[in-house]
Amino acid sequence: MLGFIGRRLIIAIPTIVLISIFVFALQKLLPGDPVLAMAGEERDPEVLEFLREKYRLNDPIPQQYLHWMGGVMQGDLGVSLRTRQPVLELIAEKLPVTIQLAVMAMTIALMIGIPAGILSAVHKGGWIDWLANLFALSGLSVPNFWLGIMLILLVSVKLGWLPASGYQPLATDPLRSIQTMLMPAFVLGTGLAATLMRHTRSAMLGVLRADFIRTARAKGLRERTVILKHALRNALVPIVTISALLFGELLAGAVLTEQIFTIPGFGKMIVDAVFNRDYAVVQGVVLCTAVAFIAMNLAADAAYRWLNPRMREQG
Amino acid sequence: MAAPDAVPGAARAPLPGPVDEPVPPRRGSRSWTKLRSNPVALLGAALVLFFVLVAALAPVLPVADPTATDWLAVRKAPSAAHWFGTDEIGRDVLARMIWGAQASLLAGVVSVGIAVAIGVPLGMMAGYWGGWTDAAISRVTEALLAVPFLILAIALAAFLGPSLTNAMIAIGLSAMPIFIRLARGQTLSVMTEDYVEGARAIGLGHGAIIGRYVLPNIFPPILVQATLTIATAIIAEASLSFLGLGQQPPAPSWGSMLNVAKNFLEQAPWMALWPGIAIFLVVLGFNLLGDGLRDALDPREL
Repeated sequence: MLGFIGRRLIIAIPTIVLISIFVFALQKLLPGDPVLAMAGEERDPEVLEFLREKYRLNDPIPQQYLHWMGGVMQGDLGVSLRTRQPVLELIAEKLPVTIQLAVMAMTIALMIGIPAGILSAVHKGGWIDWLANLFALSGLSVPNFWLGIMLILLVSVKLGWLPASGYQPLATDPLRSIQTMLMPAFVLGTGLAATLMRHTRSAMLGVLRADFIRTARAKGLRERTVILKHALRNALVPIVTISALLFGELLAGAVLTEQIFTIPGFGKMIVDAVFNRDYAVVQGVVLCTAVAFIAMNLAADAAYRWLNPRMREQG
Repeated sequence: MAAPDAVPGAARAPLPGPVDEPVPPRRGSRSWTKLRSNPVALLGAALVLFFVLVAALAPVLPVADPTATDWLAVRKAPSAAHWFGTDEIGRDVLARMIWGAQASLLAGVVSVGIAVAIGVPLGMMAGYWGGWTDAAISRVTEALLAVPFLILAIALAAFLGPSLTNAMIAIGLSAMPIFIRLARGQTLSVMTEDYVEGARAIGLGHGAIIGRYVLPNIFPPILVQATLTIATAIIAEASLSFLGLGQQPPAPSWGSMLNVAKNFLEQAPWMALWPGIAIFLVVLGFNLLGDGLRDALDPREL
């Protein structure tokens, strides 16, 4: 197992290097001279030259990249142009908010997606299957930011049940915090539930055809036991992997959801950074999400091997 | 497909007499029949067709100017004069919806066009030549896939500057890795087929093999993926426009209409209703059509 993780980590290195080159290249896409933008009204050639030297803009581009990458390796992702805060610190500050949203959304997604997938596979071709598929397809087709707007209209504006905004950190006021996060988590969760339901359904259909299910039924086990103990256990292996891979979708969904419900998390930070032309933050965010995504992928593969004894033996 | 009829595996037989070019199996007309008998796929096609017609006919439809403001009819509820109501500066919402269809469909089709035009040749190159070409292309694909689709699109749109064109480029580049990966995998599996070996044996060049044997055979799964990706791309364009990174005002787009509408939920809920329903329906249409195409073109079902 450790050997497997080690080998995968080594494979991940060129990918991460490529992403860092891409992220570095992004700033070269920007039109205009960055020094002129920094200097503002100042047009003294000596000052401009000093700034160029200071930010190493006279160096060849590969050298600029190596210098930037050297900083990144030591946790220096640059400084936010707006708040002058180190980018890494900023990300660390916003991340817990988004993690809370992600965990709540994932819980809702699992609670809807897995039972719906099981029911639809067990009643394949029946009206429950039809209904579950309709739900899944609608979930995949509805823009989740619009769902959020409609929920605000219904639940907050018309019924007044839940607040539409006003996030509170989990530590200071847990109840209020969960209350304000409930709608965003639901919006984010239903989209994921659709994907989960589809995967659960196909995994269950695959397992239900297996010989050991026929054996279990032939032994006279109750259908409930066959489905939940024998079939679901085996179907769960690919579902665990998918759940980890949905992480990317979760983060992207958080960008819009946090925007609508004004939650001060990771996603809102990206959008704010884009509008403030805070490029260091945008670069840091892209780099961090990519590395996190690779880590999640690795964790999913490791979990898959751990849950599936047949793969464990292959070393 | 223009190839004459042949039974699958026919190319495996020893070639008699004058050397014929080996012919891949054909499945065109059978798939068409299958697609036509699938009511769900037809519903999808009808939805797509409806929005395409609306977008294409926008200039000739008898609707108001989508950018004309009317300060005497600000945020009016739907009525006989304005079927879908008016927005915060008195513009007709129906007219903006109809013209907005152009932005949405254009964004969906153009960005997927970019993704296919760059991604498919790269994927075919990787699958066809293997070795270093494959290693290089695959590493870049993995790197791009590691950044979540929408975040990559937002970052690109941010650096390229906000406009509909840049949003389409950003979405296209973000969707490209899916097509590289798909084309590569499909090419790899086609390369093991006997008819490709036959084409090589009779001395056809790389260009001819790729054009006549690889491309027609990897085309069906790419068509399915492209249809489903248009659905994703339309949502992505709406998302970028909603964030202010796509179509710029006053030009209408469903995403930017929603962005404004969220500030008037209490006073003018209809402003938020229509664009969302339209996005949902057109995306649903492409999803249904894509699923139907997949069922119709799936060779395992033959």
